[in-house]
Amino acid sequence: MDWVALRVSLWLAAGTVALLVPCGVFFGRFLAFHRFRGKLLIEALLTVPLVLPPTVLGYYLLVTFGARSALGRAFETVVGHTLPFSFEGLLLASVIANIPFVVQPIQRGFEAIPADVRDAAACCGLTPWQRFLRIEAPLAWSGVATAAILAFAHTLGEFGVVLMVGGNLPGVTRTLSVAIYDRMQAFDDRSAGVMAAVLLIVSVLTLMITTALSRRVGLRRG
Amino acid sequence: MGAVLALCVLWVSSGGGRAGAPRLAAVPSPHERPRIAAAANLNFALTAIAAQFARDRGTPVDLIFGASGTLTRQIQEGAPFELFLSADEDFPRQLTAAGLTRDAGAIYAMGRLVLFAPKGSPLTVDEGLIGLGRLLRSGGVTRFAIANPDVAPYGKAAEAVLKKRGLWDAIRPQLVLGDTISQAAQFATTGNAVGGLLAYSIVSSPEIAGRGAFALIPAGDHAPLRQRMVLLKHAGPIATQFYEYIRSRTARAVLRKYGYEVPQ
Repeated sequence: MDWVALRVSLWLAAGTVALLVPCGVFFGRFLAFHRFRGKLLIEALLTVPLVLPPTVLGYYLLVTFGARSALGRAFETVVGHTLPFSFEGLLLASVIANIPFVVQPIQRGFEAIPADVRDAAACCGLTPWQRFLRIEAPLAWSGVATAAILAFAHTLGEFGVVLMVGGNLPGVTRTLSVAIYDRMQAFDDRSAGVMAAVLLIVSVLTLMITTALSRRVGLRRG
Repeated sequence: MGAVLALCVLWVSSGGGRAGAPRLAAVPSPHERPRIAAAANLNFALTAIAAQFARDRGTPVDLIFGASGTLTRQIQEGAPFELFLSADEDFPRQLTAAGLTRDAGAIYAMGRLVLFAPKGSPLTVDEGLIGLGRLLRSGGVTRFAIANPDVAPYGKAAEAVLKKRGLWDAIRPQLVLGDTISQAAQFATTGNAVGGLLAYSIVSSPEIAGRGAFALIPAGDHAPLRQRMVLLKHAGPIATQFYEYIRSRTARAVLRKYGYEVPQ
C-alpha cells in the first residue's frame, strides 16, 4: 500500500472539491433560475468534460502549458516550474474534468425548488442573500453534497489525464490510481491488489451515499 | 472560466496561499530526493542499485520508470527529472541536441532481448524463432507481446528481430503492444499472450523466474541496445553521485547479474 500516493489522491480530491463546489453553486444556481439566449451552448460547454477523452484534456494542457509553449515558459519564469508535472497542474486538470460532475447535480438541486416557494420568500421581504441562505440552500443541499461526493470520487479514479499531465512523480503527482498501474508494471501484484481494493470500496461507498441523497430529492419532489 | 481557473492555479503555485493555514500547494511535500527517470527494462536492476546506493551513501533517490520515448517527451515538456537512463542512444541524443542535458552522458549497459513463453504455452522457445514461425503457420499464435516500437527501444528491437526472421507481416495482427517493456512482460508472463520478445533483465529477475521458459536472442539480430544515461541540466549533487555510482564496480555487478553486458 502506497500511503504517499493515497495522500496525494486525497489532497487532489479535496482540493478539487474546495475549488469547484463554490463555483458550482454559483453557476448551477444561475443556470437553474435564469433563461437566456445561449443557455444551451453554455450548458453543453460545461458538460463537455463528461464525454471528452481525458487524453484530449491532457493534450491541450501539455500543449498550452508545457515547457515548449510560450505560455508554459512564462509560467515557469514566474513560478519556477512548469504547470505539467506539478500538483497544481493536476489540480487544474482535475477541476476541468470535474466541472460537469459538480455543476449538474447542483443545478438539478436548485431546479427542484418550486417557483412559488421562491416567490413567497421574495414576497416576505427577504433579501436575495437571505433567500439563498434560509430557503434555497436548505432545499438544494443534497444536490451540493452529491456534487461534492461525485467530484471527490471521480478525482480519486482519474487516471489518463493524471498520467499524461502529472508524469507519475512520487509524492507529487503519483495518485493511487497511477500507483496501481506503476505497481503492476513492477510485478508487485500484491500492492496493486490492495490499492485496487481500497479504490473499489471507496467507489461503492460513494455510489451508495449519492444514491441515498438523490432518493431524498426524489421523495421531496414527489 | 478557464482564465479564472488558470489565475487561481497561478496564485496557488506562486505561493499566494502560503500565508494562510491550508498550504494547498505545499501539501504533497516538495522533497529533496532527486528524481531519476529510467527505462522500464531497468525496473528490477535499478531498484536494486538504488537500494544499495541508499545503504552506502544514506541518500535515497526516487525512481520513475516508463518507456524511454515517453520519458523523453516528458523531459522536453519540463518534467523535473535530474538523471535519465534510456534504453537506447537516440532519445538521450535528442535531449542533448535540444540543450537539455549537461553533456552527452555515458553508455551504462547493453541490453539483450529474449523470446519468452509462459508456462502452459504451446510456444517452444529457440534463439532462431523457429518454434514461433511454426506455431504462427499453424494458427496457434493468438496474442504475442512486444513493447510499443514507437516509444520503447526494446519494442523496436523486437520488431527488427521479427522482420529479420520474416515473421513480421504474419504476426502483426496478433501483436499486443505494451506501453513499456514491463507491460509487455506483464502480458506474456501472466499467460495472456502465448509469448513475447522481452528484456532479459526483466525475465531474469527473481519475480519472474519460474513463470516460463526463455531463449536469448543473438545480439546481432537487431541494432544493439546500447543504453545511454544523461544528467539533465539542473541535476543536483546527489543525482550526479548516483550517475557515478551506476558506473561503479558495485552497480556494474548488479547490472551483470540482471543479464546486461556492461561496457569496460
